[in-house]
Amino acid sequence: MKILDLVTLLNLEVYGGKAGLENEINGGYTSDLLSDVMGNANSGDLWITLQTHKNVIAIASLKDLAAVLLINNNKPELDMLKQADEEGIPVLGTAMKSFEVSAKLYNLMNS
Amino acid sequence: MKKLFFEYSVEAGNFTKAGDASSNFKKVLKQLNVDPQVIKRIVVALYEGEVNIVAHSVGGNIFCNIDPKSVNLILKDDGPGIPDINKAMQVGFSTASAKVREMGFGAGMGLVNMKNNVDFLKIESEMGKGTKVELTVNL
Ligand SMILES: Nc1ncnc2c1ncn2[C@@H]1O[C@H](COP(=O)(O)OP(=O)(O)OP(=O)(O)O)[C@@H](O)[C@H]1O
Ligand SMILES: [Mg+2]
Repeated sequence: MKILDLVTLLNLEVYGGKAGLENEINGGYTSDLLSDVMGNANSGDLWITLQTHKNVIAIASLKDLAAVLLINNNKPELDMLKQADEEGIPVLGTAMKSFEVSAKLYNLMNS
Repeated sequence: MKKLFFEYSVEAGNFTKAGDASSNFKKVLKQLNVDPQVIKRIVVALYEGEVNIVAHSVGGNIFCNIDPKSVNLILKDDGPGIPDINKAMQVGFSTASAKVREMGFGAGMGLVNMKNNVDFLKIESEMGKGTKVELTVNL
């Protein structure tokens, strides 16, 4: 599934990094601890988090993640967005909480 | 592949630049056509070491050596040093400040990630002098 499809299906906000909207999603990883993501996320994962700063994009890029999804109406900081645009890593948003949106992604990935 | 050498300086406390060295070195490895699976491991270890210099030290340098058989990284900082390296290696042990934790760092997983991704790891530290992390990933 492409990020763009997920955006439509879950009615997600697209804040930046639009160049990466054609990225394929292979799975998801839900965590707010950066070293946890560094150690355990897989390339192509959608990273679901409440962290809204620039280091998130650095990690997403180093780990070749598909995109970042900010939960619970969290908005990206300006330098996060700038970095996301430079790297072409989509930053998405939703009002859903991490449990709910993770479950929805899981169901979509496994149906 | 011939021998190549890269050096980066890492500023203490500057989280807007944390990861810049790792990102640059990843590009170098990609250009050299290093196996993507190997690049992934090097990048995890390098990033964790780079962020530790930013978060826990007064600043330092990263020296990267590439030769046909391996990538060797030396991450050196000028202090304050690690009082108990065995303790620092335990999952969950962290002395990160509240501000750093709020950003999602400080899980105490960095050194463990490093260890899990390299073929060789040596950490030496002297209080007041600094810490030297040396690691190798075989190609
Ligand atoms: N270069 C360093 N200089 C001084 N202390 C360090 C250094 N690197 C690590 N430490 C010490 O070792 C502890 C554990 O490091 P580790 O990278 O495993 O976790 P962390 O940095 O606290 O959190 P995380 O890496 O999960 O964000 C640190 O909290 C710090 O006390
Ligand atoms: Mg660390």
